[in-house]
Amino acid sequence: MVDAAIRAPAAAAARPRSSLRRTMQRKSTIAFFMALPLILLIVGLVLYPAFYSLHLATLNKSMERFVGLSNFTFLFKRQTFWMVVQQSCIFAITAVAFKALIGFIVAHFVHNIPAKGQRKWRGMLLVPWVIPPAMSCLAWLWLFDPSYSAFNWVLALFGIGPIPWTGDAYWARFSVILVNIWIGAPFFMIMYLAALKSVPEQLYEAAAIDGASWWQRIWYVTLPMMRNIIAITALFSLIVTFANFDIVRILTAGGPIDMTHVFATWSFRVGIEGGDIPLGASVSLFMVPILTVAAVFILRDITRRGSEV
Amino acid sequence: MASVAATAGRVAARPKYGSMSRDRKWALRWSYFFLVLFAAFFLLPPIYMLITSLKTSAEISAATNPWWVYHPTLENYVELLTSNAYLTYFRNSAIVSVVVVAMTMLISVPAAFALARMRFWGSATLATGVFLTYLIPETLLFLPLFKMFATFKEWTGIELINRWWVLLILYPTLTVPFCTWIMIGYFASIPKELDEAALIDGASWTQTLTKIFIPVALPGLIAATIFAFTVSWAQFLYPLAFTTSADQLVLPVGIITSLIKGDVFNWGQIMTGALLGAAPPLIIYAFLMDYYIAGLTAGATKG
Amino acid sequence: MAEVRLRKVVKRYDEVEAVRGIDLDIADHEFVVLVGPSGCGKSTTLRMIAGLEDITAGDIMIGGDVVNDVPPKDRDIAMVFQNYALYPHMTVFQNMSFGLRLKRYPKAEIKKRVDEAARILDIRELLDRKPKQLSGGQRQRVAMGRAIVRNPKVFLFDEPLSNLDAKLRVQMRTEIKKVHQQVRTTTVYVTHDQVEAMTLADRVVVMNHGVIEQVGTPHQLYHDPKTRFVAGFIGSPAMNFIPCRMEEANGSLAVRVTNDLAFPVPPARAERYRAQARNGKLLLGLRPEHITEAGPHLEPGEVPFEARLEVTEPMGMETLVYFGLDGTQVCGRVNPNAGAREGAPLRLAANLNNMHLIDDATGQVI
Repeated sequence: MVDAAIRAPAAAAARPRSSLRRTMQRKSTIAFFMALPLILLIVGLVLYPAFYSLHLATLNKSMERFVGLSNFTFLFKRQTFWMVVQQSCIFAITAVAFKALIGFIVAHFVHNIPAKGQRKWRGMLLVPWVIPPAMSCLAWLWLFDPSYSAFNWVLALFGIGPIPWTGDAYWARFSVILVNIWIGAPFFMIMYLAALKSVPEQLYEAAAIDGASWWQRIWYVTLPMMRNIIAITALFSLIVTFANFDIVRILTAGGPIDMTHVFATWSFRVGIEGGDIPLGASVSLFMVPILTVAAVFILRDITRRGSEV
Repeated sequence: MASVAATAGRVAARPKYGSMSRDRKWALRWSYFFLVLFAAFFLLPPIYMLITSLKTSAEISAATNPWWVYHPTLENYVELLTSNAYLTYFRNSAIVSVVVVAMTMLISVPAAFALARMRFWGSATLATGVFLTYLIPETLLFLPLFKMFATFKEWTGIELINRWWVLLILYPTLTVPFCTWIMIGYFASIPKELDEAALIDGASWTQTLTKIFIPVALPGLIAATIFAFTVSWAQFLYPLAFTTSADQLVLPVGIITSLIKGDVFNWGQIMTGALLGAAPPLIIYAFLMDYYIAGLTAGATKG
Repeated sequence: MAEVRLRKVVKRYDEVEAVRGIDLDIADHEFVVLVGPSGCGKSTTLRMIAGLEDITAGDIMIGGDVVNDVPPKDRDIAMVFQNYALYPHMTVFQNMSFGLRLKRYPKAEIKKRVDEAARILDIRELLDRKPKQLSGGQRQRVAMGRAIVRNPKVFLFDEPLSNLDAKLRVQMRTEIKKVHQQVRTTTVYVTHDQVEAMTLADRVVVMNHGVIEQVGTPHQLYHDPKTRFVAGFIGSPAMNFIPCRMEEANGSLAVRVTNDLAFPVPPARAERYRAQARNGKLLLGLRPEHITEAGPHLEPGEVPFEARLEVTEPMGMETLVYFGLDGTQVCGRVNPNAGAREGAPLRLAANLNNMHLIDDATGQVI
């Protein structure tokens, strides 16, 4: 769609110049005013705060003095900070990998069944994505409850001891990733299902005649044709998952012993609950390099998309 | 005839060939098997929410089978729906979401039209910029925004923190970029001949937008509206950071902070509250599923 | 042995029968073309032979084995699709070698076969390119190369030239014929273009509405069509069908076309047609190439008449002339120097030795 916007100016320029230049100018100004609220919104409430955040990170706690990079050096020395970095990366990468895998598998199964039934299965399978994450996290919190966990009740029937879903640090990490996968996999499924439908049927027929079995067809035809969409969705999700707040906040509030904190929740703890806004801003800023790298890859893939026919 | 007998003989002697119909049957059986498995996994929590919401507190603490309701009751629903606090949260959420949707569409649609169709200095950069903005997470911006609003109060005396209508300023930052992106895609797919015909017929740019583009791109508009509503309704971080008094809260934050009093979790009510809170997006989804999905896939596969 | 046999093959989609019971025997090394208008069932039949469609009833045998339920990959066939179906992310070499790589052929063998096929098709310098860098004709050749490399029992072609422009189509037609001469694999070829059918086939199968109208060599179909459909389908421009009556006067038969015009039937045909004297619904079938300008000497069987020309189409090597006979538009082919002018009368001769008489009620050629 970016290239649609880029192509539009070229096409517009091709209009006969004999039309008055006034018309061109008028169109430009109208267009500008139409886009003005958008520009103001982005500049004022997105770009400015982003840069302001840089400035804030260089102030002291009461925001009166300029302290340079001492907030950052302070963080580097804190063990919690490195734990947050580690957990954020583990959280994001594991969750996205499983979301993509499950999404791909489920999309395949939905694609396999006759078209009439696909719609209702699709409807059912997307529900986790539709429910507001805050609400579904409450449900999971209740499912993980130390005393009343419904899961533990079922496990007890098999003689397996109660699992401290949110009580033990490593189980807590698992639980947080599990919930993120639960919420996000349907999104991947929908994307991949749309992409699956766009692979021409004849390629599969040719592969079938050439002697490919079902998994060979997936490996040699489906995956290469879907390479772009797989990459874009994964990168998108990486960014969103990396910056996730709701799940960790509600399920574990970052605990136990701060082991499930990700950048967003820790920055909230430090900045709002701890009242140290500059320090919180410094924490958030560490997300930027990783987000930028992912964004660059996404942009590159989007402009390259559709070049294979 | 001899050839028939010969072919009959051949049929028996070819064990090395596969069978298409058998393969297809098994493929279908496995598909349904796994789909049921995954559907169970995905639908478990909402169903459990429903089950819990029908239980009394007594039944919950009695720790009987959590997956079955022995004495179903609607008392949780009644309590919540008559509780002023809960209704306030619901009302706040509803007002905020609806207003934000309106604001979003008012900002996005003209901007998308301008970017998709008209040329002006910097339009290409702006289009890319819109997309990139969507990638800047709210978890990066909430702190500086908090400080900005606090400073704003110092300068003008207008209290922005802890007022629900501050959300009206904040939410559009989340909804406008993606909605603009969706609309650009839909607008760009309208053939150029349509606007040229409108120009010849004497329409101005705004008329072209309202009388031609909006009706033709209506599916996209609906998808964008649904997206904006769903995002606004589900927002958690901004309200948590910016609103604290009970009467200013929206639903997600309200349920969590007020139904959890100290160490006592009234799970029956919490689940009921959560279920009712999840209801509006679910209802919209149930009725407008195709538009909902179109909105999702518009970002990645359109164009 | 790679003969293909179809026995009472039926294909039904819900209530629609696309293929309604066809029987066909294709011999080893034979090049058979299935031809007919859109919707006649030719592609469906081909896809059933390939295993891409289920067979509702009947049997299909390849090389003596019944293959109804056998998946395509076990049938030892290769197919060339209308849209080429080349794997876009693989090079030409990888596309052509895909089937062999799946079966784990040794690398040396793969390279030998691909090189050989590339030599036959003259695409050796394209082996490292991707499909999107190739022209339509090149892509089609790569698709054929993929089929040749497999060395299958049967080649299946599904309207392979339909996506090419007219000139390229003629070129590729010749290529395909040359390839068949070299490789000699049994081939089933589907097209809607009767020119392709006539030029490529050992035998042509004309299909219409799910049934076979006639099977024969191009020569047989041209000179001896059995039904009105086949007569009108084969040959371009199409055969003229002129409503007529049979008249008998003094023991000799004549075909009355208009009140003023009757063609005497040549003695060689008289016996065959004598019984039709009372039949009111008859069509005279005469190809345009058998209606020419009347020369100074007329052969026996050639009947002269005059007609006012409505339209002339100068083609360079001949001129097509159109005129009306009692409301029926008739086409003839005359020499470009015959002085044909629109609106002016011209003396023409109809060669009744090549006439066909068709019963309009049954559509059968008598």
